[in-house]
Amino acid sequence: MTAEVRFQAIHHRFGTFTALHRVDLTIAPGEFIVLLGPSGCGKTTLLSILGGFVTPTQGKVLINGKDMTHVPPRGRPTTTMFQDYALFPHMSLRDNVAFGLRMRGVAKTPRRDRAQEMLDMVGLGDKAERRPHELSGGQRQRVALARALAVSPDVLLLDEPLGALDLKLRRQMQDELKAIQRRVGTTFVHVTHDQEEAMAVADRIVVMNQGRIEHCGTPEEVYLHPVSLFSAGFMGEMNRIPVTAKGTGADSPLGALPLPVASGGGVLCLRPENIGFAGELALGPARLVDTGFFGTHHRCHFAPLSAPDLRLVAHLPQGAVLEPGREVQLYASNPVILPHEAAA
Amino acid sequence: MSIEQTERRAGAALVAPALLWTVAFFVLPFAAMIWMSLSHLEGREVVSGPGIGNYLRIFTEPSLLRGIRVSLEITAIVTVLSVILAWPLAWIIATRVPPKWRRLALMLAVLPFWTSYVVRSYSWALVLGENGIVMQGLIQLGLLEQPLQIMATRTATIIGFVHFFVMLLTLTIYSNLVQLSPNYARAAEDLGASRWQVIRLVILPLTLPGVITGAFLTFVLCIGDYITPQILGGNSELTLPQLIMLQLGRRGDYPMASALAVVLMVLVTLAYAACARWLKMERV
Amino acid sequence: MRILSWAYLVLLFLFILLPVGALVVFSFQDGRLPVPPFKGFTLEWYAKVIADRDLMAALWNSFLVAFGSSALALVLGFLAASGLARVALPGSVLLRGLLIAPMTVSYLIIALGLLQVFNAVGVRPSLLSTGIGHVVINLPLCFSIIYAAMGEHQRNALRAARDLGAREWQVLALISAPMLAPALAAAFFLSVTFSWDEFIIAFLLTRFDVTLPVEIWSMLRSGLSPATNAIGSLVFLVSVAVVVTLEFTLFRKSRS
Repeated sequence: MTAEVRFQAIHHRFGTFTALHRVDLTIAPGEFIVLLGPSGCGKTTLLSILGGFVTPTQGKVLINGKDMTHVPPRGRPTTTMFQDYALFPHMSLRDNVAFGLRMRGVAKTPRRDRAQEMLDMVGLGDKAERRPHELSGGQRQRVALARALAVSPDVLLLDEPLGALDLKLRRQMQDELKAIQRRVGTTFVHVTHDQEEAMAVADRIVVMNQGRIEHCGTPEEVYLHPVSLFSAGFMGEMNRIPVTAKGTGADSPLGALPLPVASGGGVLCLRPENIGFAGELALGPARLVDTGFFGTHHRCHFAPLSAPDLRLVAHLPQGAVLEPGREVQLYASNPVILPHEAAA
Repeated sequence: MSIEQTERRAGAALVAPALLWTVAFFVLPFAAMIWMSLSHLEGREVVSGPGIGNYLRIFTEPSLLRGIRVSLEITAIVTVLSVILAWPLAWIIATRVPPKWRRLALMLAVLPFWTSYVVRSYSWALVLGENGIVMQGLIQLGLLEQPLQIMATRTATIIGFVHFFVMLLTLTIYSNLVQLSPNYARAAEDLGASRWQVIRLVILPLTLPGVITGAFLTFVLCIGDYITPQILGGNSELTLPQLIMLQLGRRGDYPMASALAVVLMVLVTLAYAACARWLKMERV
Repeated sequence: MRILSWAYLVLLFLFILLPVGALVVFSFQDGRLPVPPFKGFTLEWYAKVIADRDLMAALWNSFLVAFGSSALALVLGFLAASGLARVALPGSVLLRGLLIAPMTVSYLIIALGLLQVFNAVGVRPSLLSTGIGHVVINLPLCFSIIYAAMGEHQRNALRAARDLGAREWQVLALISAPMLAPALAAAFFLSVTFSWDEFIIAFLLTRFDVTLPVEIWSMLRSGLSPATNAIGSLVFLVSVAVVVTLEFTLFRKSRS
């Protein structure tokens, strides 16, 4: 029902293009892990290697300690939920869900019972006789989930499973996905490029970029304590202020700041919601340039008086009413200083 | 063995039967024919051996050279006439006929397309003869005094061919037209184009792929057809396929027949090279 | 513009339908010549055609060749399309090109080549050799129709089936073939009509067991006759029936 997954020094090339650079990753049994990154970062390749659709150029895949690197998909304790669901259009939902059991030689009655049970679990028990084309996108997605889980895989692979849904439905399905994973306890490996989705479902997020793992940690760690400019930027909007070392503190366009900086300098990263009228770090006076109301917050652009060409983005709470042109003292919390990155 | 290798092996196993078939019954015969075209006939015996005697004869013997010319002329006339006649038909069906009747109109317009060359050519022989429905009809209408001699002339061959290829081109152009977004025409009209300008400057160029695909198929099928000129044109002037059949029938001159077939093949390849840029054979 | 359009439409329809119309009408001619004037309605010629043993044998031969060669072309084309759609084989483009190459070659050339090979290895002209020729011309058709129908969606469904534990033959039989049913049927019936109507290959590669178009061809030598009209109409109606059936079942369904 659940298993540990271990990638050992996975290296993969497509022709001259290196898709994965010696990736090591261990996924605990029952963990909900999300591979997150922009397209081309290698996350889908890693998933395909785990599913058995691609053999890595080098390295090993272990599932429950067994080497699965060269085992084809049908021999693995994994199933995949495909991006376009890949439901069989000529079969009823029940036959779709029962397909994997049929392939495993399960007799008709038990496999129908199991299919019904799975359809009940995803709330489609009354539609077992329908065909996939009669369903909405969200319902198809549920059937694909039921079909993949019906064979009780140790590891479920989800390839951008919510990509085809609209935003509202996607948020709702995220909650369901998480709940179902808790219930069945199967290890889930989920690929997406949507960081909100990643934070909503993951126990641990693996941020990938250009074939490498940039950061691996809980959503809080990855969002609040990024270890690279890439993962900081990918997880959400970020103000970036270049800083250099000066004495025990830092020099910046905003003036001296009481923050330790390595001798090579760095970038001060501040999330928009961490800038406001109170906080541990004083940023000095700034003028409000413009503002927009986003429902949950006001999105404001500030020009620091000491660096009028710089723009700081701040998300101020609903009640804060400001007029453009006003000068205020800005403060920040949760500052993170990261080293410069080679332009990639 | 890696997963990809297993996959490739499975894929290759699936392709193999079709591939073997194509090699055994298409590539091999084709090669045999080319070899045969380099052989020659002594008495009634085929003497193997590479030689270009047949080709020299084709380009020096007036009767053979004329066959190539006749075939090219007929094919050119047929292709041009068919495009000119088919385009408006496809356009009218695609845009003027109410949507409900469109499929039916198209089906009617290409109904005789789905029958044998033999039957189609016979039915033209039926209506074009001196006692046929066309001549008799024209005389009844007072447009003619004497029936015209059309049968066993190039005109009959061309009529028979154009009939078939108008249908073929209507199909390719129609399928091209219905794939065009109506917004092209709307945008052009919105920008001040007259209806005629819309057709000439926007729709017509956009249907070029369909036209070229159809015209190429017309060329290939027309220049290679034996039946239509044989039934409708008779022996008044021989086309390339007729000459090929003549070599086979009269003397069993397989080498010469093969050499003429190779010439035919070369003409088709040249036509393909000319249209290759616009052709997407997989769409046909 | 509108009047002009309709006038053109009527004129072209007349041109297109006139000869086959005349063919069918004069097959009922109560007289010895299938030309105007129409002397009255009779089924005598159909009776004569049906009583003609050679014609009926040719009709049966045509059925045999059409269905047999189409079935084989379909199977070969389906397998090849499945293989090529599934993995990028080395030289895939070349393979595809080779498989559809016979489509761009005149039937006469295919027939001529086969005739020489069959002569060389001592295969007598027969229905079988004609059938082989018809598979050669229909295989590219079946292959390209089926290959074109295999979209990304199809490919993912096959991947899903394998992922759920299906064996190769199970993937083909339980997922691929049912999903492609419309394309398979279209390819099969188009092949049947092409084979059914084909003349030159059958003419060169059969001797005694001729197919219908070849038999009609030999009837032409004795000039125009309502009997030829009758058998021609029958051949025409079979082709049209197949195409109309396709139109009203498969294509209509696939569009809705």
